[in-house]
Amino acid sequence: MEFDAIREYLPLYAEAFKLTVTIGWIGIALSLVIGIAGAFIMYFRIPVLCQITKAYVELFRNTPLLVQLFFIYFGLPKLGLSISSGTCGAIGLGLLGGSYMAESIRSGLFAVSESQKTGAASLGFRRGGMFFYVILPQAVSISVPSVIANVIFLLKETSVFSAISLMDLMFTAKDLIGLYYKTTECLTLLVAFYILMLLPVSILGSIVEKKVRFGMYGS
Amino acid sequence: MRLTEFFGFDVLLKGSNMLRLLEGLMVALKISLISVAISLILGTVLGIIVTFKKPAINAIFRVYLEIVRIMPQMVLLFIVYFGAARAMGLNLTPELSSVIVFSFWGIAEMADLVRGAVTSIPRIQYESSQALGLRTYQTFLYVILPQTVRRIIPMSINLITRMIKTTSLVMMIGIVEVLKVGQQIIEANRKSSPNAAFGIFATVFLLYFIACYPISRLSVYLEKRWSI
Repeated sequence: MEFDAIREYLPLYAEAFKLTVTIGWIGIALSLVIGIAGAFIMYFRIPVLCQITKAYVELFRNTPLLVQLFFIYFGLPKLGLSISSGTCGAIGLGLLGGSYMAESIRSGLFAVSESQKTGAASLGFRRGGMFFYVILPQAVSISVPSVIANVIFLLKETSVFSAISLMDLMFTAKDLIGLYYKTTECLTLLVAFYILMLLPVSILGSIVEKKVRFGMYGS
Repeated sequence: MRLTEFFGFDVLLKGSNMLRLLEGLMVALKISLISVAISLILGTVLGIIVTFKKPAINAIFRVYLEIVRIMPQMVLLFIVYFGAARAMGLNLTPELSSVIVFSFWGIAEMADLVRGAVTSIPRIQYESSQALGLRTYQTFLYVILPQTVRRIIPMSINLITRMIKTTSLVMMIGIVEVLKVGQQIIEANRKSSPNAAFGIFATVFLLYFIACYPISRLSVYLEKRWSI
């Protein structure tokens, strides 16, 4: 291990880390928006939109991110839809994540037991009140663990961004290995930065999971 | 310009292009099937070992699980493919490296599924079996095992689709699979069909969907049918 090399590469990795994390979290925010909207559409069975959402969810859950990115980044420009690699990364991650989030939140909504709804109805809740005060809080607490698992999964998926020539951590590592052949140093830094990116989320996730475990009444 | 040319689907019919794409898909599927087979067998064994609750083994297992949980498969691929050559002087083929990485990942996932399924069987089941006069091996064989298997099978089928999706990464360490073949076809036909990128990548997209969708439906179906 040459520490001079590590000191020399550190700023490059830090730069790449910033980019990866930024695009990763933009993608995750986008995926939450898509996921919540999609879950509501599927829960309330809004005609037409519901079928479209279901098809979207199945399509994106059953294909790899790398293929989706290739399609968006190299395929769509042929029809005149050109976007930069950064935008493409965020949109691709958002679309992939949206399908996973929609499924998690939807199954959380459907997991709230029927007796809760009858109970709320007998207490005189209207449909809107029932949804916001009775169903939604429980559904959120049920779906939090899988939403967190999705966040970790999506952050891990950012590692394929290098395929669309985004200067992320993988790209930097591969580039430096190719230039200087300091494989051990480059790979150590790569692992260190991914631990820095994911370990806090993983630890925080398990704390949050324990805090919100109050759902599942009446089951 | 005809419509098929505009969407770049015409390349698929030229020569043996479609066949080459399918062959590329087979390369990825083969790697994932080998890794799945290894993961299912070794993961089940590991999962059962973990349920014995030996502190040392469980501590190592927790660390192993956390590594797999937070390290992207792509990083693991790089470590095995580039790192092993440097650190140990091993020159692994990309195929072997990817099988090692995906098995390493799959074994952890599978072991955790097995552990979760075995420990989630309520105590009542053991106690009732005892009350009915079943011996330990009978309890395990006739009561615990059938329930565990029903819980594990849908989730391990799901693992197969995840494995297939993850094997798309192998192009990054130089294996010629469906995406790489797609790129080659696009390069070769750059002049004659400039819009090939759309058609080819849309096809690859659909091919993956066709490969994974039936398997994930099966998993959902079994989960529903066997839910207790």
